[in-house]
Amino acid sequence: MFACLHGTGNLTALAMEFSPTVEVTGPDTVTFDVSGLDRLFGLPLDVAVAAAITRRARECGVKANLALAGNPDAAICAARGFSGVSLIPHGDEGKFLATLPLTLLSPAPQLLETLERWGIRRFHEMAALPPLGIAERLGGEGLRLRELARGEGDRKLLPLAEALHFEDAIELDYPVELLEPLAFLLARLINGLATRLATRGLATDELRLRLKLETGGTHERCLRLPVPSLDTKAFLKLMQLDLEAHPPAGPIVHLWMGVNPVKPQAAQTGLFVPVAPEPVKLELTLARIQAFVGEGRVGTAELLDTHRPDAFRMLPWGRSQATPLRQAPSTRLALRLFRPRRAARVAIAGSQPSFVMADGVRGKVLELAGPWRTSGDWWTPDPWHRDEWDIALSDGALYRIYCEPAGWFVEGSYD
Amino acid sequence: MGAAVLLKQFESILGAPLDWQSRPEPERAPTGIAELDSATGGLPRGCLTEIVGPASSGRTSLLLSLLAAATARQEVCALVYAEDAFSPHSAADAGVHLARLLWVRCGHSAEHALKAADLLIQGGGFGLVVMDLGDTAPHTARRISLASWFRLRRAVEHTPTILVGLARQSNARTCASLVIECGRHAATWSGARSVSRLLRTVEVRAQSTDRRKQCSPVFTARAI
Repeated sequence: MFACLHGTGNLTALAMEFSPTVEVTGPDTVTFDVSGLDRLFGLPLDVAVAAAITRRARECGVKANLALAGNPDAAICAARGFSGVSLIPHGDEGKFLATLPLTLLSPAPQLLETLERWGIRRFHEMAALPPLGIAERLGGEGLRLRELARGEGDRKLLPLAEALHFEDAIELDYPVELLEPLAFLLARLINGLATRLATRGLATDELRLRLKLETGGTHERCLRLPVPSLDTKAFLKLMQLDLEAHPPAGPIVHLWMGVNPVKPQAAQTGLFVPVAPEPVKLELTLARIQAFVGEGRVGTAELLDTHRPDAFRMLPWGRSQATPLRQAPSTRLALRLFRPRRAARVAIAGSQPSFVMADGVRGKVLELAGPWRTSGDWWTPDPWHRDEWDIALSDGALYRIYCEPAGWFVEGSYD
Repeated sequence: MGAAVLLKQFESILGAPLDWQSRPEPERAPTGIAELDSATGGLPRGCLTEIVGPASSGRTSLLLSLLAAATARQEVCALVYAEDAFSPHSAADAGVHLARLLWVRCGHSAEHALKAADLLIQGGGFGLVVMDLGDTAPHTARRISLASWFRLRRAVEHTPTILVGLARQSNARTCASLVIECGRHAATWSGARSVSRLLRTVEVRAQSTDRRKQCSPVFTARAI
């Protein structure tokens, strides 16, 4: 059973209230499938549905003709041709539509002119013509008109593509103060959104959470995943860890969650490719580690394009760009840095360090190389310059020390 | 009695006596240092290896060589530093592919380092996991209980991961399958003392205390 609304007002919204299968047939016409609504509105279906739609149209301020028929084309013709409500009994479509003018079917101008010359102006006149003769004289278009005029159209609706909005919200009766009860609500939102994504064969790589607080403010968090996933348990745990690290400033009265729908990642690893950590599991592990070591202390180091000593930045895992690899011909002597740098007291003899004293470092200089003078960024507000020495101390270790305007420092030890 | 007969029958079918106790020799991965690889055969996978030695003994040079070799094999590595002493520039110079290296900075906490290493091993998928306690005070490192080391060893067992602990002295004791003790053999300086003097190389003696094969190869770490 199909219904058609022809008129003015927000017809699509009204149709959407009754059916998910809605076709926008024209700027002033929508057609929708009302099959199965008898469970909601009772029997007889056409009468009950028509009454419900009319009532709702009145409430919404929609002024439209309504027609219900066994096929969408008959319903469209009736809605466009008759005012008010038209209920077309099954099998009587041709008889019901008989008096309507053929112009309702919007035939091509040439075809309409031909039919006018033949004196064919109404549906019943067109319906009475023999199909073979029409096919010979008017072709396929003529046959289609005859079929519509007889109310025998049997096409499928072209439903509106539902806009993909993967969002959900929960309004709370009482404010939630603790994270534990909040987790249940988050789980509900995440599970609902994940199910909706899964039914469309999608996954997500971003979760956005917006919490309205009782105090009037909002608390927003955004979780980005390195790969698209649908692992609801991992999402929930990541969200919990994130909220533990960044708790909202007050009790929560409203939750909104949105996800970014993307195609799921499908990749097959080679038999001889070394295994790598499973991305979502690793993200969860890193979130757990970050919870106790602190934010920005887990990830990959990316060297900065500068000569400034120890210039690098931490990037979240999996987000660093592949940098050109430096080929080391042989084992290189490594430097272990002291972070923070250790201020030193250095005794000078003959313009060279002779004794060094710093936190955990103390000894007579046995061997040294330097000074190596370096400087840079003199064109910026933050210039640097230093004199470096490599020294072997009597404590048995090799160090790099340097002197800058702020004083002497031990940068680290060679190891 | 019946079991003994069955065992004999089974052994006669197999053609050799059954050895229930011995475990297969673990696969070994090269360290990237030819001298050490030829002497020890590399580091065992699925086992805990300790690299120990005092400051400036060449431990970190050996470690960076390990990381460079592992990242060159396209393995994902994790480096957990208790004292935040890692120098990314030094690592890049040693040939470490930084994009394949996960760095955890524990901010001067051996306890956090232990916890992070445990979580990473439990997560799985890493070729090499390193817990660096090289600058942690020996008495603090010694406070890590044997049970914790045993837990790490059990977690890494039957996985292709190499677990490396770096410290001033051996802390894992019997839980470590291999202990490599580094010591500075010699440092080479070049040039006159006051003019153009350079720290050229450091020779490192890496003494392996493998139960089956004890050796002490010497390798050279170049400063320039």
